[in-house]
Order: sequence, then structure tokens, then C-alpha cells
Amino acid sequence: MLAVNYLNKSFGGLQANQNINFEVAEGEILGVIGPNGAGKSTLFDLVTGFEKPDSGDVLFLGKSILGLRPDQINRLGIGRTFQKLKPFPQMTVEENVMVGLMQHVSQMNEAREEAHRYLEFVGLIDKMSVYAHGLSTGQRKRLELARAMASRPKLLLLDEVTGGVDQKTVPELVSLVERLRTEGTTVVLIEHNMKVLMSLADHVVALHLGQQIAYGRPQEIQAHKQVIESYLGASYA
Amino acid sequence: MVTEGSDTRIVTPRRLGGRIPLILLSVAALVFPWVFEDAHTQHVLIMIFIYGLMALGWNIIAGYCGQISLGQAIFFGIGAYSTSFLFANFGITPWIGMLFGVAVSLVVAVGIGLPTLRLRGHYFAIATLVIGEITQTIFINWEYVGGATGIWIPIVWDDPWYTFQFHDSKIPTYYIGLAFLTGGLAFTYWMERSKLGLYFRAIRDEPDAASSLGVNLGRYKLLAFMIAATFASLAGSQFAQYILVIDPDTVFPLLLSILIVLMTMLGGLGQIWGPVVGAAVLLPISEATRIYFGGQGGAEDLMIYGFLIVIISVFYPRGLFGLIERLIKRRDNAGS
Ligand SMILES: Nc1ncnc2c1ncn2[C@@H]1O[C@H](COP(=O)(O)OP(=O)(O)OP(=O)(O)O)[C@@H](O)[C@H]1O
Ligand SMILES: [Mg+2]
Repeated sequence: MLAVNYLNKSFGGLQANQNINFEVAEGEILGVIGPNGAGKSTLFDLVTGFEKPDSGDVLFLGKSILGLRPDQINRLGIGRTFQKLKPFPQMTVEENVMVGLMQHVSQMNEAREEAHRYLEFVGLIDKMSVYAHGLSTGQRKRLELARAMASRPKLLLLDEVTGGVDQKTVPELVSLVERLRTEGTTVVLIEHNMKVLMSLADHVVALHLGQQIAYGRPQEIQAHKQVIESYLGASYA
Repeated sequence: MVTEGSDTRIVTPRRLGGRIPLILLSVAALVFPWVFEDAHTQHVLIMIFIYGLMALGWNIIAGYCGQISLGQAIFFGIGAYSTSFLFANFGITPWIGMLFGVAVSLVVAVGIGLPTLRLRGHYFAIATLVIGEITQTIFINWEYVGGATGIWIPIVWDDPWYTFQFHDSKIPTYYIGLAFLTGGLAFTYWMERSKLGLYFRAIRDEPDAASSLGVNLGRYKLLAFMIAATFASLAGSQFAQYILVIDPDTVFPLLLSILIVLMTMLGGLGQIWGPVVGAAVLLPISEATRIYFGGQGGAEDLMIYGFLIVIISVFYPRGLFGLIERLIKRRDNAGS
């Protein structure tokens, strides 16, 4: 479904992504791990058109999406969330979710009804007429997810959905991602929590200092020497 | 007890008014010129309608879509010059002139907006400011359209609806102004409830998120700017037909662009009634200070306006409407 071919991106002298190369099959959940600054979010920015790679290519459903604007890429079927959450603060929760729907439906009422489905899905329906700036971090994460789902993506890129929320919210978010897959959405998930990845991901890409140090099944990645040194070692120390 | 999100229930315009106050307001506006026959009062109302329409347009590009234009006078001037020039030179009815003005304004808006609106940061604000100043200078030196003296619209007594000149009474001008303002309000009302309004506000709040959800930022910003240009152009045409003498200093000044900003911010940025409330509060004051200063308003006005904009944006970012909302909330909280 998605093919990332030898992507390179540098910011000044810093190689944020170096020859990143992997594929995502339809219906799977791909995990992306790596310590802070490894280049995970940069990879999302490259795939979704927020940054232009220096070289390499991104294919979605067999066609290159390189050089397209973020809105064009979204309309092709790639949705994303942002690590640094970006709700529309002066809009209600319901309106936040309706934005992504307007490319698919013409009537506001239709959009409103469908928006409620996503808000139920993430458990925010009782907050629908609240301005987004009034939500807690956990609620914002869920709003971000509902909003991205509302653009009806075939492929959803989630940047640290469980990061920065309290521990009891994590399982809820994990089960949301699981349900996404059952409903047919392909997911790429940036995730620091190894336990979460083990339970969710079909494959994992490990990045370190802009380099792709491993790709494989979660168990293989967990046992991978370099990954343990660069990442797990640090967090398990 | 204050729980998370409890202070964020939205106060909708419905709670501020509803249908009955709107009907009362409409009736009041309709009978007003028959009750207050004094020419100066009617004059102030006409000015509120004209500037209010222009401010409604600025509210759409800046209040809803978040793109600060500091050059709305460009389109006001184009509207004014289009009707005046076509009528003075070719006898073309100002109604056609008005449409011509809108067409020219749209072309100019695209010319300014296309290269600048796709840039992040303050390029658009600075570009509109600078192009506004350049436009005024061009018209001052453009002898074909009257140079610095501008255009004196030939006075004609016959056929007032064709010539758009009403010399016996201000009442037709009043109603025309009211009709256009109502049209502007109706458009804003519709827009608020449409995809357009949703996209504009999304762009204003968080452009990255908007584009990640399929919103073509460039296209919708440009659309907002074109709407704002149309409103300003229509206001300019009406102004010219009302005053009948125009020159670059009265229809293209930076002061006018800034006044519109101040009006909208005073009333409430991104609020449907904001611009009209702001115009209704500010214009009588502005008229009075003009008389007080004895001039046309110049550097002093600009300084005062600028100062007020800073004060409002620091202390009352949501304008008079924000204040009213807060009062209602306080009353509700006290009652519950
Ligand atoms: N727009 C930018 N300009 C300059 N440097 C950038 C930019 N975006 C990212 N970087 C740098 O690129 C590197 C990779 O950043 P990135 O955000 O992709 O890391 P990450 O793996 O998502 O880290 P984290 O786990 O902290 O989110 C970092 O060193 C970061 O400082
Ligand atoms: Mg990141």
C-alpha cells in the first residue's frame, strides 16, 4: 500500500532521514520506534507532504506522491495525527471532526452525523459542543484521532498516540488502534512504548539518528542487538 | 466546582439574541429614517452601513480565515473609481459600474493574493499594506482618472435610480446601504454554517492540521480574500455615489484600511455582528473627532486607531461581543 524508497532528508548539516526504505502492506499495523530525534516524525512529514525529501520516493497505491501538497495527499487517502497536537482550538469538538469530512459529503448535517460516529468511537461524544481548547491532553489525543479518521483515510499515520497521556488511558487508545485495523484501516504507528508495539504491530521499523537500523517482526526487533543498544538499552537502564 | 471543560460550553449567537431581537432590530432599521429625519443622524447611519459592509468583508478574510489584510482601501477605492469614472466619462449607470468595480477588485485580489497568501508569516499583511500605499500613489499620479483632484461626478437630477444620485433625500441611499449590509450579514450567516466557514476557521486556527485534512489552503485563503475585496468594492461604489466627489486621499488612504481593522476588532473578530457593532460604535465617535480636529483625519487618527487596536487585542481580544458573552456567563453562573 505504501512504499518508502530510500528517503533522505537533512536539515542543514543534520541527516534526519537517511535511506529509509520499507513497505506497508494493506491491513497491517507497522510500528516505528527510535529514541528522541531519530527522525520518526520527519518520516511522517515526508510521507504526508509537509517536508520535501532531498532524494528518494514515496509510493502510495503504486503511484508516486512526491511533490504533492498535504491536502492532495490526504485526499488520496493518507491521514495523519501530529505529535505536537494541533486541534482547532476555537472550534467545537464536533466542528473539528467535520473538517476532514467535507471532502466526502456535501451536506453539513450529513457531516455532523458522521462526525458523531467518530466521536463515539473515541469516546468524546459528550464533549462535542465544547471548544477544543478546553480539552485535556488525553481528550485532545482522541480528538486528533477522530479528526484524522473523519477524512476516511485508507492509511493512517499516528504519531505517538499514547505519549504524554496518563497510564490508565493508554489501554483505551491501544484498543482504538486495534479497532481501526478491524475496520480495515492500515496504520503506521510511532510508539515509544515497547509493550504497546508488541501487542499491536505486525512489523516494526527501528530508526536511530536518522538511519534505519532494523525492520522486522516485533519479536525480532526486540531481540535486535543494535536496537537494544540504541533504544531499549537506554530506556531499560 | 470547576471541572475540566466546564467553562468552555459555547455561547452561541442564539443565546445572545435569537429571532425576536433580530426582528425588532430589522423593524427599527426600516422605520429609522422616518422617525429620525435629521440629516446628520441619517448621514451617520449611512456611513455605518457602508463601512460596516467593508468591515464585514475584512471579518471574513481576517476574523474567520485569519489572514490580516491591511489594504482593504485598495478595493474600496477601486469600487469608488469604477462607478465614478464610468459615469463621468461614458454616462454608464453606477449599477454597472459597481459590477465592473467588483470585477476589477477580484482581478487585483487574485494578483495580490496568489503570490502572497501561500507564504507563511506576515507577508500577506505587509504586501497588502505596501500595495495599498502604492495604489494610492498611482492614482494620485494617474491624470487619466483625475490625478490628485480625483473625480467630480456630474450632478444629474433626472432618473435618480439610473444615476444612483438622490438629491432630495437621503432615504433611498439609506435603504440601499441597509440592503447591501443586510446582504453582507446574510452571506456571513450562510457562510458560518457552510463548508466554507468551517474551512476558513480551520485555516485560521491551525493551517497544518487543515491541510492534513484535505483543505487546499491557497485556494480557500484566496477565496476569503476575494469575498473581502468584493464587499469593500461594493462599499466604495456606494460611498462614491453618496459623496459624489472622490480623490485618492479619501478612498485609498491607509487610515481607512486601519479603521476597518479597528471597527471589526472593537465589535468582535470572527463574530457575525462584530463589524456592524464596531462600526456603530466607532463611526459616531470618528465623525465627532473629525469635527473636533477640524480636518479630514490624518496622522492623529492613525495614531489613535493604532493605539486602540493594541489595547483591544491585549485586553479584549474578543471585542464587545466577548464582553457581552462574559457578562451572560457570569449571570448564568450566578443564577445556577
Ligand atoms: N524543521 C526542522 N528543522 C530543523 N531540524 C529539524 C526539523 N524537524 C526536525 N528536525 C531535527 O531532525 C531530527 C529528527 O527529528 P524528529 O522530530 O523527526 O525526531 P523524532 O524521532 O520524531 O523524535 P521524538 O521522539 O522526540 O519525537 C531532530 O534532531 C530534530 O531536531
Ligand atoms: Mg517525533
